[in-house]
Amino acid sequence: MGSELKVPTMAELFAAGQQPEVLFWVGCAGSFDDRAKKITKAFVKILNKANVSFAVLGTEESCTGDPAKRAGNEFLFQMQAVTNIEVMNAYGVKKVVTACPHCFNTLKNEYPGLGGNYEVVHHTQFLKGLLDEGRITMEGGTFKGKRITFHDPCYLGRANNVFEAPRDLIKKLDAELVEMKSCKTRGLCCGAGGSQMFKEPEKGDKDINIERTEQALGTQPEIIAAACPFCNTMMTDGVKNKEKEGSILVRDIAELIATAEDL
Amino acid sequence: MEYLPNILFAIVLIVGIGFFANNVKKLIRNIKLGKDVDVSDNKPQRWKNMTKIALGQTKMVVRPIPGILHILVYVGFIIINLEVLEIVIDGLLGTHRVFAGLGGLYNFLIASFEILAFLVILSVIIFWIRRNVIRLQRFIKPEMKGWPKNDGNMILYIELVLMCLFLSMNAADFQLQQFNTEHYTQAGSFPISQFLIPLFDGLSIETLIIIERSTWWLHIVGILFFLNYLYYSKHLHILLAFPNTYFGKLGAKGKIKNLDSVTKEVMLMMDPSADPYAAPTEDAAAPEKFGASDVKDLNWVQLLNAYTCTECGRCTSECPANLTGKKLSPRKIMMDTRDRLEEVGKNIDANKGDFIDDGKQLLGDYITNEELWACTSCNACTEACPVSIDPLSIIMDMRQFLVMEQSAAPSDLNNMMGNIENNGAPWPFNQMDRLNWKDES
Repeated sequence: MGSELKVPTMAELFAAGQQPEVLFWVGCAGSFDDRAKKITKAFVKILNKANVSFAVLGTEESCTGDPAKRAGNEFLFQMQAVTNIEVMNAYGVKKVVTACPHCFNTLKNEYPGLGGNYEVVHHTQFLKGLLDEGRITMEGGTFKGKRITFHDPCYLGRANNVFEAPRDLIKKLDAELVEMKSCKTRGLCCGAGGSQMFKEPEKGDKDINIERTEQALGTQPEIIAAACPFCNTMMTDGVKNKEKEGSILVRDIAELIATAEDL
Repeated sequence: MEYLPNILFAIVLIVGIGFFANNVKKLIRNIKLGKDVDVSDNKPQRWKNMTKIALGQTKMVVRPIPGILHILVYVGFIIINLEVLEIVIDGLLGTHRVFAGLGGLYNFLIASFEILAFLVILSVIIFWIRRNVIRLQRFIKPEMKGWPKNDGNMILYIELVLMCLFLSMNAADFQLQQFNTEHYTQAGSFPISQFLIPLFDGLSIETLIIIERSTWWLHIVGILFFLNYLYYSKHLHILLAFPNTYFGKLGAKGKIKNLDSVTKEVMLMMDPSADPYAAPTEDAAAPEKFGASDVKDLNWVQLLNAYTCTECGRCTSECPANLTGKKLSPRKIMMDTRDRLEEVGKNIDANKGDFIDDGKQLLGDYITNEELWACTSCNACTEACPVSIDPLSIIMDMRQFLVMEQSAAPSDLNNMMGNIENNGAPWPFNQMDRLNWKDES
């Protein structure tokens, strides 16, 4: 199944004298985390299906530096950033798509100040674009009438005002989109941002992902849709904590579309 | 002797305003203790933000009940200033209802002030009930004990008293007009205070004049007292909300400014032609401190933020860390910053313009590491703030100090940073394995 994926690297294309339409920034979670790798693959399957000319940096990609920056290590962040920018600029990258809102935010907002100017889009925006251009169609009805609730990733929604693209995609699945108590600008964090993903939470009454999962469960969903590998992990853990993993799925929007398309 | 009240009034006015001006000077001095930051960009957008957010109160109505009540008090406050203007002119010139010449318009104005005063009283009572009877969660958090709690109530009491004085003054005046008393111009329309007139039944004209004069004086002295109370109170927001929304953060909320001092160092490290053994020149400035541990390390917009905070707690009630019982409260971050800044200001005043080290700082003595590390940087607080305060920026600056100056990050984060440094990922995986997912089933 793995062999089905066509994943050219920037280096390969460069050697062949080609320039892809868009660089797919996979991100650390998308590259290494077992759960997030499934999202990466689902997205690539869609790109392949839609004949999108893209490439990845592969081994030349490095952490954007987002977790270092949010932890306060501006040095490490900037070292990462200038190195990545050097690589991307050498390949003449113009447009970047990523499935991680943290990479998205950093590449889009913080890299320009250090010499990295690209058009950066989140994969939900990119998929919405493919849909609008008719390059993918979403028929099949796997999700027809299913109750799906969408968890807004802070770094996609509140931080960058991307609220509608993921929702439009869910609606296109013929699913019933149900909103949580806190959504859009007032969405509740999954608990992983600001480097919290990599440390134990501070002492409190409960973990943030449990609070958010409770809000999600309040909508009686069949599926909790996410658009961030960190959120995905946090919500999956939350659903497990509530012993609902048998009845409620946590899926990235790319995975939902790949499933609908039977890819 | 005839001019005694006028002279007395002028003195009261000058002392009241003079004292206030002195405090404003101190306020500006304290805010300027912060580092300089360039906020001269994008003026049209800034004016738009100020008009929408401060003048238009757009973010207040996100929560409709307090939002609408707040708008009533706000409009009442703005409009009633016309009345204050009349009082000041009357006080200085010894006239009475100097604007009465406006005729029908005057009657309309007085009537609208009265209705607004009534609505303000109503709102203030509901606000008091929310704070003291219903005890809404966000008003009883740990940082709201003592002065912050009393300050909140005090403002409500003062507003209530001022409005009651205004209405009693009008009622006595109206009654005196009915009796064709000399000096009491027949003008104004009194839709609310007319209901107070039965209280004055059977009082002599002399008594009525005493009531009218004393409420008039108490009203204006009360206003001057309130003006001077502002500096010591969270109520400073009625003035600072305007500059604060003007200077507030523009652009994507997720963007955290890249530290220029670090960029300089990083560029030097990446420059192959830089001499790694170069000694700093004699006149080189001392290396800049990274991040913030005290108020002087913050920039002046952050300090302005602290003075603008009205402790409403909308930030804290949306903060995911606070919602789940962690110590972090974005409101407390702002209150601590203001408290420490005030302390530094007093230190400077006491030492004739110089700050003498008091062995304290914002970090540790006011804000603990535990609070700082609980933040998910989700921006819920900045979104919730009705006046564009950015507590997250202070948290981030202090984290920078903890990590870059003190190497005091939690050990898990040190591991994460070590991994990024060595492997280009926050987890201990080899960068060369980055594309392995492609061939895994």
